[in-house]
Amino acid sequence: MARIGVFICHCGENIGRTVDCAAVAQESAKLPGVVVSLDYKYMCSDPGQQMIKNAIAEQKLTGVVVAACSPRMHETTFRRAAAEAGLNPYLLEMANLREHCSWVHEDRPIATGKAVDLVRVMVEKVKRNRALYPIQVNVEPTAMVVGGGIAGIQAALDIAAGGKKVILVEKSPSIGGHMARLSETFPTLDCSQCILTPRMVEAASHPNITLMTYSEVEAVDGFIGNFEVTIRKKARYVDPAKCTGCGSCYTKCPQKKIPSEFDALLGKRSAIYTPFPQAVPNKPVIDAEHCTMLTKGKCGVCKKICPRDAINYEDKDELVKVKVGAIVLATGFELWDHSKYGEYGGGRLVDVIDGFQFERLASASGPTAGEIRRPSDGQVPHTVVFIQCCGSRDEKQGMAYCSKICCMYTAKHAMLYRHKVHDGRAVVFYMDIRAAGKGYDEFTRRAIESDGAEYVRGRVSRIYRRADGKLIVRGADTLAGRPVSIEADLVVLADAVVPRKGGEKLAQMCGVGYDTNGFYSEAHPKLRPVETAAAGVFLAGACQAPKDIPDTVAQASACAAKVLGLFAAPKLEREPIVARVNQNLCVHCRACINTCPYGATQDREIKDRQGNVVKVVAEVNEGLCQGCGTCVAICRSNAIDLDGFTDEQIFAEIATLE
Amino acid sequence: MNSIGYYPGCSLSGGGIELDLSIRGLAQLAEVELREIDDWNCCGATAAHNLDHNLAIALPYRILALAEKQGLGEVLAPCAACFSRLKGTNVRLERSGDLKAKMQTIVDLPYSGSVKILSITEFLNRLMELGLADKLPKKLTGLKVAPYYGCLLSRGEDIVSDDAESPSAMEAALRATGAEVVDWNFATECCGGGFSMSLTDAVLDLSNAILADAKAAGADCIVTGCPMCHSNLDMRQLKIQSSGMGQYDMPVLYLSEVLGLAAGMGCDQLGLNRHFIPAMALAHRFDPPPQAAETAEAVSDQRSN
Repeated sequence: MARIGVFICHCGENIGRTVDCAAVAQESAKLPGVVVSLDYKYMCSDPGQQMIKNAIAEQKLTGVVVAACSPRMHETTFRRAAAEAGLNPYLLEMANLREHCSWVHEDRPIATGKAVDLVRVMVEKVKRNRALYPIQVNVEPTAMVVGGGIAGIQAALDIAAGGKKVILVEKSPSIGGHMARLSETFPTLDCSQCILTPRMVEAASHPNITLMTYSEVEAVDGFIGNFEVTIRKKARYVDPAKCTGCGSCYTKCPQKKIPSEFDALLGKRSAIYTPFPQAVPNKPVIDAEHCTMLTKGKCGVCKKICPRDAINYEDKDELVKVKVGAIVLATGFELWDHSKYGEYGGGRLVDVIDGFQFERLASASGPTAGEIRRPSDGQVPHTVVFIQCCGSRDEKQGMAYCSKICCMYTAKHAMLYRHKVHDGRAVVFYMDIRAAGKGYDEFTRRAIESDGAEYVRGRVSRIYRRADGKLIVRGADTLAGRPVSIEADLVVLADAVVPRKGGEKLAQMCGVGYDTNGFYSEAHPKLRPVETAAAGVFLAGACQAPKDIPDTVAQASACAAKVLGLFAAPKLEREPIVARVNQNLCVHCRACINTCPYGATQDREIKDRQGNVVKVVAEVNEGLCQGCGTCVAICRSNAIDLDGFTDEQIFAEIATLE
Repeated sequence: MNSIGYYPGCSLSGGGIELDLSIRGLAQLAEVELREIDDWNCCGATAAHNLDHNLAIALPYRILALAEKQGLGEVLAPCAACFSRLKGTNVRLERSGDLKAKMQTIVDLPYSGSVKILSITEFLNRLMELGLADKLPKKLTGLKVAPYYGCLLSRGEDIVSDDAESPSAMEAALRATGAEVVDWNFATECCGGGFSMSLTDAVLDLSNAILADAKAAGADCIVTGCPMCHSNLDMRQLKIQSSGMGQYDMPVLYLSEVLGLAAGMGCDQLGLNRHFIPAMALAHRFDPPPQAAETAEAVSDQRSN
């Protein structure tokens, strides 16, 4: 005989304002099988939970209904309380009186009536619940980090420091990411290379970290604790085991005019190359698109010159399968393409550059060795105009969001320019100065007050090149209330931060959501900022949202903490909400096997005592099943049921509503 | 034979008569019949919407209603202002549910919204597709043109399908004539528009900047599709020059005149003799005058003899 307890929560005013909770408790007490029905202001608080625990013990309850908020909010809380009182946690159900009732209604009597119905439904369900036990799965204590920028490096180092193995996958020939391209960093003007390169070396030499550069994730299978990842190791045409990184090959390579991606296309590189001298690993790769040996079969200089015979023109892409227990996505960002702005020259004006190009011009290791020289004629510019919010905060043509880092790096650019060109004029067009962060506002004030950057509040309406080579920048000074026109030698656009192109593909492979802009979605914007909807997959850095280096590093370390926490237990417990096949009813039509999105249904042979196969049926792999219910719906023999959501339970819920 | 409705508006029988002449000539060449809307009225241009909102919609509404009544599915409005008013009215009628009923009461004519309005660039690009492209025997090789769109052929995202900041609707047709399109900066700058009469000094400043940039870019002529722009850049160029702002002698041609020249139509037929800044010298580079042609023939005759 069922003995059900009902507990109605007021959620402060949230439910109590619209629903007469005491009346609901009274009505619920009359329902068949209900032996105790109570209401309380905050059921999730310690006294509230204690009330439930006491009732379970005293009334010998066989089932509990907590009528409160969404199960997404507090189901775990109440189930834990039930377990502590000795009741199987899966014998507790929640009726959602907040999101499904009080928050969406205004009329108190009607809302109260609906609340009673919601409780009645759950009472009928919980009477038919059966005890379930968490499923235990093994955990492969190795993490894969995708992306070798500062986010990926930090996450990998922290996981490795915790004693677990890490595979760090990077698609370009070297780790380091965008941070390796920066000249100095705000708000301290630390040299970016000086703080990053030691970490790159550390990542490469750490015994727990396996670097896989020039590699991309091809496929992700499996689930938390047990992912099977296929990685494409792109053909390098250079055997890293033999190569000593002496550099003879790229010094002698005759193809030297290829725009360098690392130098934001301002510098040149050879066809066999390392992206930059401090690359990790410091072993070159051959760019198959530009190498004449690979395209036309003519040249072969690098092979002749290599003292270690490390060049192999026959090299092929290789697919590698690895088993990992957790995945950290740290794929970073790129800059929005400002050629969409016809008014800024539509990408045709060579002296209108983006932030990375300016970083390379200012960098001691850049194409101009740190001198600010404009791309068209190599002259030192006497007036530089910086334009913030290029593509950011522009719903029409660009991105609706604020890219967060541009105010700061533009202030830094203006400073660096003024430090290098003392008589130069730095003009910054801005919409707002958003300098929230430790030492950030002081930094932008320093750019204005100490370094003499001229800040103009307003937008630029047009940039064009006059016949004498001057860039005419026309815009509005909205504080002075008049149009301005500036004769500039160089214009730097603070292009919006956007996610990597093609990032959606990786997200889909991992089962991670992404927003309309393509940024990966965290599980909860406040309380679960590094987790994703896919268990065991975590996010670090600008792939989740525009972020500066301090925030990125903090998030990467948070990811490492989550991964190490996951790896701390030898076994992983999973919710036992999985499908179950009644083998007596199964006719082996294979419909469930064909439709399961997770590949969790499979064939199972039933044998007699002699070992002869008498029947083949479908079977659900509990480790893979996500409890989506697709197989339940498709099964024509009605042979599959979902634990926790059986047909019997659901029909009882419907029937009680009449 | 294809046919299309035609709304000439006031300009095309006045200051912009060469636009009318050249369009009619090209349409004939491409075997497209232009059916002028019977009993058309003023589109309202800039004056009406400064005075009265209802009037500004009612005037184009009547034109559209007449076109529909006369069975015209598509109507060419060569003047950029007429085009903007007519197509803008279509957009507004579609957006606002009760506007149509209101207009029907004012104008006393029904209109379902079926008439499609074409701009001069859309129409000429259509003619090119319909075979005009194969009927351009004269290559305008060496002619450097600065395509000028101004505001009404570049702006209003529901009205103009081109990129507002860097429009390109004229470029393909111009290149097809063999002319060279110069890279210049002022293709969408304001010419001063309707302030030609009331604030002439402002128009002189604005048009001067456009002429100066075209000259700096090495253009032989400016090509436009708007009679208002044309009158500011062509007629006011005399005043700009006499007041010492700059010396340009820069002919301003309609896109249809350039295509007509390439199609071998005579300068007089195109109305090229009607410009304030003489365009004949430039036209004669590709269409030598009869006298010169005779002389040239005589010379070649003598040589062959």
